[in-house]
Amino acid sequence: MVIDEKLTLLKGEIALITGATRGIGESIADEFAKAGAMVIGTATTKEGAEKISNRFSNADLDGYGIVLDIANTEQISETIKTLKQSDLMPSILVNNAGISLENLLMRIKEEEWEKVIAINLSSAFYLSKAVIGSMLKNRHGRIINIGSVQGSTGAPGHSHYSAAKAGLIGLTKSLAQEVGSRNITVNAISPGYVSTDMTKDIDEKMNQALLEQIPLKRFGKPIDIAKTAIYLASSSGSYITGETINVNGGMNML
Amino acid sequence: MSVEAKVKSIVAKQLGLGEDEVNNESSFIDDLGADSLDTVELVMSLEEEFDIEISDDEAENILTVQAAIDHINSNSD
Repeated sequence: MVIDEKLTLLKGEIALITGATRGIGESIADEFAKAGAMVIGTATTKEGAEKISNRFSNADLDGYGIVLDIANTEQISETIKTLKQSDLMPSILVNNAGISLENLLMRIKEEEWEKVIAINLSSAFYLSKAVIGSMLKNRHGRIINIGSVQGSTGAPGHSHYSAAKAGLIGLTKSLAQEVGSRNITVNAISPGYVSTDMTKDIDEKMNQALLEQIPLKRFGKPIDIAKTAIYLASSSGSYITGETINVNGGMNML
Repeated sequence: MSVEAKVKSIVAKQLGLGEDEVNNESSFIDDLGADSLDTVELVMSLEEEFDIEISDDEAENILTVQAAIDHINSNSD
């Protein structure tokens, strides 16, 4: 096998990436593995986890999928315990998994609100808390939270989603200040409209209207986000912390 | 090495001090210049060295070298 130079960017790193079955998380997981990291990708189902494992083994990359409901704190504890026992505590955590529900605030039910906050925001807190100890000890670590342009701008029908994503940005900044002295960086990436399963149901008329607001005249691709994540995770991004990088084709210049 | 000597050695190492600067009554934050993150790391080091688990509530009460020694003495065989 020819050793690709790319394979060395994240060599020696262990990356835990939530929501790695599809969309942005899939791309981040694959690119991180291609850059030489050992990748543990989470999925909500056994089939999803197997899909991740198969993807890696077919591409001869280092990593596998695991089942983890990131809204379940007991499952998070169990997972981290297993990783610790296998000497696989992550040096990189990517809080990517998220869900988007759409409803007017007046119609959002309590359980919908709580679900969106639990999956999009609280999970990042619990996972960060679970992995930060070993990062502190190693004096090295990277946490990357995947936010959304809506965390800064809001959007009708998305008060829960926007609140959670804005919360992630606050979490990012506070934690970055707490652990910076230990060589751990914490950053967020806020994607604009990226073509994934989450955005596939936006209708054609809306799509055209959105496109007109994007100076780069295309929707984002998952790999656009993955490349930014690689930058933050690698030594290239070592002096960036507490930052939110907006990767949105220019649609909102914040 | 006694628990006391071990604890002092861990504290000194964690905070970049000489062992002679670490006394039983020393407060990590007030006397030894630790910040809150240092105290978190200190608890992690104690857990590892003595193979015990220190809960968040217990950790909040371990503010001095003596408190650490006492906690370890009452929680290990």
